[in-house]
Parts: sequence; C-alpha cells; structure tokens
Amino acid sequence: MNIQVKVDEDVSGAAGAKTFPGSDSRRYNYFEPKGRKATHYEDVTVDVQPDPERYLAQGWIIAFANGDPTYSKDWTKVKSSNWHAYRAPDQEWERTHYQRQSTIIGTTQNIIQNGRRSGAPDRFDKQWVKILQDHLGAYKHVEYGLGTALMHAQRLGYTQMVNNVLLTNCSYKIRFAQDITLYLGELNLDLPALDLSAGKTHWLEDPLWQDARAAVEGVMGTNDYIEQTLATNVCIEPLICELFRSGFIMQDAAAQNDFITPSVIAAGEADYERNLVNCVELLSMLVADPAHGAENRSILTNWLQEHGGRALAAARQLQPLWSLPVNKRARFDEVLAVQLARVDSITTAIGLDPLAR
Amino acid sequence: MSLSLHSITQQKGIPIAEATRRIADLGWTPTYVKEAMTFPTDYKISKHPKDPMKQVLRSYFPMQEEKDNRVYGALDAALRGDMFRNVEQRWVEWMKLFLAIIPFPEISAARSMAMLGRLAPGDELRTGFTMQMVDEFRHSTIQMNLKKWYMENYIDPAGFDITEAAFGKCYATTIGRQFGEAFLTGDAVTAANIYLQVVAESAFTNTLFVAMPSEAARNGDYALPTVFLSVQSDESRHIGNGHSFLMSVLNNPDNHLLLERDIRYAFWQNHGIVDAAVGTIVEYGTKHRDKKKESYAELWHRWIYEDYYRTYMLPLEKYGIKIHHDDVHAAWDRIVKEGYVHKVAQFFSAGWWANFWRLEGLDEYDFEWFEYKYPGWYNEYGAWWENYRKLSKPGSVPITFADTGYVYPHRCWSNLVPCVIRDQFTTDVVDGELYTYGHEIDRWTHKEAFAGEYQGRPTPAMGRFSGKRQWEELYDGWDVADAIKDMGFVRPDGKTLMAQPHLSLEEKDMWTLDHVRGYTIKAPIKILRDLSPADREKHIADYKKGFTIKRL
Ligand SMILES: [Fe+2]
Ligand SMILES: [Fe+2]
Repeated sequence: MNIQVKVDEDVSGAAGAKTFPGSDSRRYNYFEPKGRKATHYEDVTVDVQPDPERYLAQGWIIAFANGDPTYSKDWTKVKSSNWHAYRAPDQEWERTHYQRQSTIIGTTQNIIQNGRRSGAPDRFDKQWVKILQDHLGAYKHVEYGLGTALMHAQRLGYTQMVNNVLLTNCSYKIRFAQDITLYLGELNLDLPALDLSAGKTHWLEDPLWQDARAAVEGVMGTNDYIEQTLATNVCIEPLICELFRSGFIMQDAAAQNDFITPSVIAAGEADYERNLVNCVELLSMLVADPAHGAENRSILTNWLQEHGGRALAAARQLQPLWSLPVNKRARFDEVLAVQLARVDSITTAIGLDPLAR
Repeated sequence: MSLSLHSITQQKGIPIAEATRRIADLGWTPTYVKEAMTFPTDYKISKHPKDPMKQVLRSYFPMQEEKDNRVYGALDAALRGDMFRNVEQRWVEWMKLFLAIIPFPEISAARSMAMLGRLAPGDELRTGFTMQMVDEFRHSTIQMNLKKWYMENYIDPAGFDITEAAFGKCYATTIGRQFGEAFLTGDAVTAANIYLQVVAESAFTNTLFVAMPSEAARNGDYALPTVFLSVQSDESRHIGNGHSFLMSVLNNPDNHLLLERDIRYAFWQNHGIVDAAVGTIVEYGTKHRDKKKESYAELWHRWIYEDYYRTYMLPLEKYGIKIHHDDVHAAWDRIVKEGYVHKVAQFFSAGWWANFWRLEGLDEYDFEWFEYKYPGWYNEYGAWWENYRKLSKPGSVPITFADTGYVYPHRCWSNLVPCVIRDQFTTDVVDGELYTYGHEIDRWTHKEAFAGEYQGRPTPAMGRFSGKRQWEELYDGWDVADAIKDMGFVRPDGKTLMAQPHLSLEEKDMWTLDHVRGYTIKAPIKILRDLSPADREKHIADYKKGFTIKRL
C-alpha cells in the first residue's frame, strides 16, 4: 500500500497557512448584499430558507395534500418581483435579539422592584388602581392576540428575512404581554385587593373593549401574513396600542401618583418602533415593485381600510377610558388626532393613500 | 446573627406556578372572527396539553443570553488559542457538509411551531412553543455564524463560501432537506409533533448534538462543541413540549392508528437519514482512533436503543399504541451487522467529485480501528479504501468509473439515501410509476403512509412526496465536468474542483475540471424504468446480490 498523495503532517489548518485556488475566498458569495459589504445579519440570514428560483435545484420535495409546496408565493395575495431583496432595517439575528430582550427584562424588573421597595404602589390613586386592574388587564390580551397571530405568520413568508422579522415581532409581543401580566401580579402582592381576573372579564365582556377584540381577532382570523403584519403594525398598533399606551397610560399615570407603570409600558413603545420600521420597509418594497406595485397598492389599501376601519372604531369605543381617572390629563380627541396623524405618516412612508376617517 | 443585604432587600415575588397559570390565561377563544386554521391535520385533539416546564419569557431570555455569551466568549478564546493550527482538516472538511445542512432543519423547527400553536385547546403550551420557536431561530443563526467563523479562519474556505447555494444543489444535502421539510410540510401533527419533537428531538438530537461535538473535540475543534452543546441544552424543553402534546393526542383513541403510522415512519426515516449522515461524519471524518472510544454503533445502542426505545417508545404501548419493535431491531442490525454507516461512507467517497468538501481516504490506523470495532470490516471495505487512495492523484480514473466492481446505487424514494444495503433493496409501483427503496419500510412509507388513505381510513391532510426527488435525474446524461460547473462546486480560478479525494493543497495534487471531463452521469432509476419487465427483474436480482470490490 503506497500513499499516492503525501500530506505534510506539519501543515497548519489556519487561514493563510498556504496559498492555493480558493484560499482567500472568505465571504459568503451566493447573495447580493444590500450595501457595499454584507452585514453580519445578512450573512446569517439570507438564503437559509431556500427557493426553487435560486439554488433549490430539486424543488421542494414534500408537498401539502392540496399540492402546496413547503413554501409558496401564493400564501399572500400580494406579489413581489424579488422577495429576496427585503432586508430588516433592525438587522436582528439571534444574538442581538437575546441581548435586547434581556436588557428590556432587566430594566423592567429593576423598575418594578425599586418601585415596590419604596412602597410606591400604596401611593397610587385608588381609582387608578382599578383602571390598571380592569383596563391594563384587558389591554394585555391585545398584545397577546397579536403575538399569536404573528407566530402563525412566521411560517408563511417566502424568504428567511421576511419570516424572521415576523418571528421577532411575535417574540416582542408575547414577551410584552407577559411583562404586563407579571407586573399586575406583582402589584397584587402589594395591593391584595387588586383582582387579577378582572382584566380578562373586561376584555371578553366590557362593551368598551369589544371592537378592540374584534379588531385583534380579525388579525388572528386571516391566513395572509402580509395582511397580518399590516393590520398589526399599520392599523392596530397606532390606533389601539399606542393610543392606549402613550395616549393614556403614559400621559395620565404620573398625575395618579404612578411612576412605575409608564416605565413598564415604555418597553412596548420601543418594541413597536423597531417592528414598525421593519414592516414599513417591507410594505413599501411591495408598493414600489416595478411589476406588481399598482396591484399590491390596491390590495394593501383594501386591507388598510378594513383593518384600519375596525381599529378606528375600536379606538372611538375606548373613549370613555379617558374620563375614568380622578386627575384627568390627556384628552381623548387630541390623543386620537395624534394617532391618526401617526397612521397618515406611516401610510405616506409606505406609499398608500390615507386611512378613511 | 448576621443580616445579608439580600435578606433586607429581598421582595416577595410571584411563585412560578402562579406566573405560568396567569400567562396561560392570556388566551381566549375568539368569537367575532374564527381563528385561521391554515395547517391541516387528521388528528383530533380535545384535551388541553400541560406545560411541564413551567417557564416564562422573563427568565428565559436572560438565561439564553448568558448561554450565548459563553458561546461567543469561547469562539474568541479558540482564536486566541490558535485552534486552527492544530485542527484536523479531515474533520473540518466534513463540517462543510454538516453545517450546510443543519441551519435549515433548525429554522424549519421554528416555523413548525406555528403549526402546533393553534391545534390544541388552551394556551398553556403556547409559551413553550414560543420559546422553542425563538430557540430554533437561535440555533439556525448561531450555526450560520459558526460556519462563517470557519470560513474566515480555517485554511480552506472553499465550500463554506457557497454554503447555502451548495445546500440547494448537492446530491447529499438532499437528505437533509428531506429531514427539514418533514418538520413543516404535510399533516401538522405528523410533521411538527411526531417527526420533529417525538422522534428527531427526543431520540436523535443526542447523536447529532452530543456525538458530533465529542468527535469534534477529539479532532482539535473545540468551537463546534461549544455551539452544539449550547444548542442541545435547549432540547430538553422541546422534548417536554413534544411529550406533553403527544399525551393530549394519545388521549383520543381515534388518533391511535395515525400515531402508529407516524411513529413508525418518523423513527425509520430518522434512522435512515441521521445515521447515514452523522454516522459517516463521526466514524469517517475523524483522525482519532482510540480503541476505548465508543463507536457510533455503541453510542446508538446507548442513546437510541436503551434510552429512547426502552424508556420513551415502549411505555407508549400501555396507552394502546402499537409499537413496531421489529423496526428498532432492524435499524440496529443495519448499523451493527449490515454496515449501513460503512456503506454510506463508501458511497460518499464513490461520488467524491460531486462534493463541495475534500474527502480524505483512510490509512492503516483507520483500518485497524474499524477492524477492531467492526470485525470483518477490512475484508469488506479494505480494498475499496486502498483503491480510493491509489486513484486520488489527478489524472487517475475517478473511482466512480474505475473497474472496481462497485455498482453505483439506486436511491431510496422515501429518505433519499442511496439503497446501500443491497439485499434490502425493493421496488414498487405507485400511481403507475416505478420507484426504488432502500428497505421495505421505506416502500411502505411512500406507498401507504404518504397517501390519502391509511388502512381504509381517509387521511386527507397527509403530505405527499414531490419535486425532482432524485438528484441523479437532474444530471442524467451530463458530463461530470459540466455537472460540477453547473452546481458551482469549482474554486475561484474557474477550474480547480472544490472537492478533492485527499487533503493536499499543492496545486499539482489538485483535480481540475479537465481531470473529470469525459465521464457521463447516469440516473439509475431511469435505467431501471427503461428496462423490459424481464430485464428489470434480472437487474433487481443482480443488484440484491451485491458486489465484490476488486483490488486495483
Ligand atoms: Fe434546534
Ligand atoms: Fe429543537
């Protein structure tokens, strides 16, 4: 037995130890970076979900019973000339996601702990405590419902980039729903009279919340993932979530001697900024599509009017909330006007006509 | 008496059981609009699954961030310690294949959580599914990151640089695609619960994420263990999710027939795929030949047979599920008596030029170890590997086309692994077309399990095999050089192959397109389908007889 090709036993396995064809090919070379150079996010994300139109030579090798392949362009009504062009502006990948989520959790827990340590919950206005119990308690279900809808959505997108932003959006919503749930539970340790089941009852039965619930169930009830992200980030977030979070809780809490709740709720505001930018980038890509832009625009407009209309009705139904606090601060009309202007700035950024009033 | 700061400042918190109960109460049954049910299943689930893990995202994210910090710290330390100077290239080359495959099954697992989320009543397990979804997103991107790290720091980046393109084109990654797609296509419970959680995660992640890292460490690669043991540490939660969901499914006797079908299919296919890939890499990708080390067969016996079969599968019988004991024994026999792993490795080397990694032959140390662990090995495979070495010099006939007696294998229509155990080869006609299978259970999988009816019961949600399942058909009649160019498995100079049948990086030793031009690829299934019935019968009989390798 003679060895035909002798390998130098001392050869190092480190980069640069030797020059030969390919020895300096040190970048993923199968996709077009968005910028001049691929970002770390692009390297760990692009093309992990394959596509028969790119490199998947054998096509998808399992199908659903109805003939749908593992991933299908037909799972949304809109079309793209190149789904692969999308990149998430927040560039999230696993490490940044865990870092950000952990930081939020750490901050939230510090705020709650320090507040409780100083006896703050006892100084909350009593009427305000009931508002938190009933209505922050009801509101947490909005966050949860959107989270579960987005979990469903992240199975359906045509590329890894699209599905990963739906996944992180879901992860942020469900974490925030849990944050609120646990915060109320902790308040309850200091305020034993607080009824933790009241929130769900209000969510399911209080006339104030029924249009909001219908709006959220409308997102849970569709199979179209683009419709789901539009309904969530363009309609329900500004008209129900932000309206409630910043237009009510953040503005009124201080006057009721509550400095804790606004800080807990602020995390949801920061989450939304990221999710919104990711969503706007995606939807504006679809509206600007050279081949399908016009058709996409009309589909997105229909969804905007449908889900936006429902969300606006829900917002108006919530109006009595603003009269509940003893020390009133925010005025519903002004707050709603701010949020409608917010929706208009979003639709303008996407390239859609404004939501009908 | 001393008071610690902690005992002064400590506050009462919410007990974890109560926290998880409150969180599960976030869900409700929609009344204005019915929740969308995109993903069909033939199972009926009426019992609320319980979350055995009792975890909340508030503790989950910081715990995972800490795990991440350890991984990234270890990668930095490996570079500072000059890990690549001493790493075995034989080993890292196989990582080009393994890491091309694995991020897709991982992200598929994330996606598949969507399919389970709405199937069972109640919301207790949804937090578990959310965590699993984010975990799998973690696994997929942390593995893409590891691969990038190899590409940047290992001597030969070729093959890492085209990784996701290679994944879509290679004759071997097709096996990994079958594995990953099986998590997320077809009947939702079959795919996401049984195939993924109950079988792949509960049984085979040990071989994937524990055997592989141990072997990596033995080859001087301590980066892979850091990443994969961190990945594996999430699996106990996934196994818990799977078991809890399974208990809800079991509760309805109407589901028992489907469970029998799916556990059988999933176990057999996981064996076919994972043992082929991981078995080959662990046994043939290593330079470490300590005889005290457990062989893949020994590991399999411990993890699959003792742990999984005896403590997970067998107890399902008391719920009335028929367990196919014979299948487990047949899989074991294939590994220990019928040379499944050796024959797959032989196939990988037979088609070395179609790889996008370099595949080193074996030497006398390897021979000795194999003979010790698998008595009789040298008689059956020794001549093959000696031939492989002799033909590793450019200008030799590629071993595939040399007169060694080797018969290029048919491919199994079910798991896409070549039908390497010749006497188990079988065929059948489905919807008027002839197909080939590696084993009777693979035939059953295609014809009986993946169909619209199972034992007289309609199964309208069951998936179907689709696509151009056999790689060889894509390139039937092609010149080898043209096929390699078409796949993109050529180095940046436009002529040197990424694949090499040795580890030398001297240009004079490296094969180019010119060395493989003039040989034609033939799809065995086409040959078989084109034969007359009588000739076909003879072909099959000859195939089942096997072959003897001639020493060149
Ligand atoms: Fe995983
Ligand atoms: Fe997993």
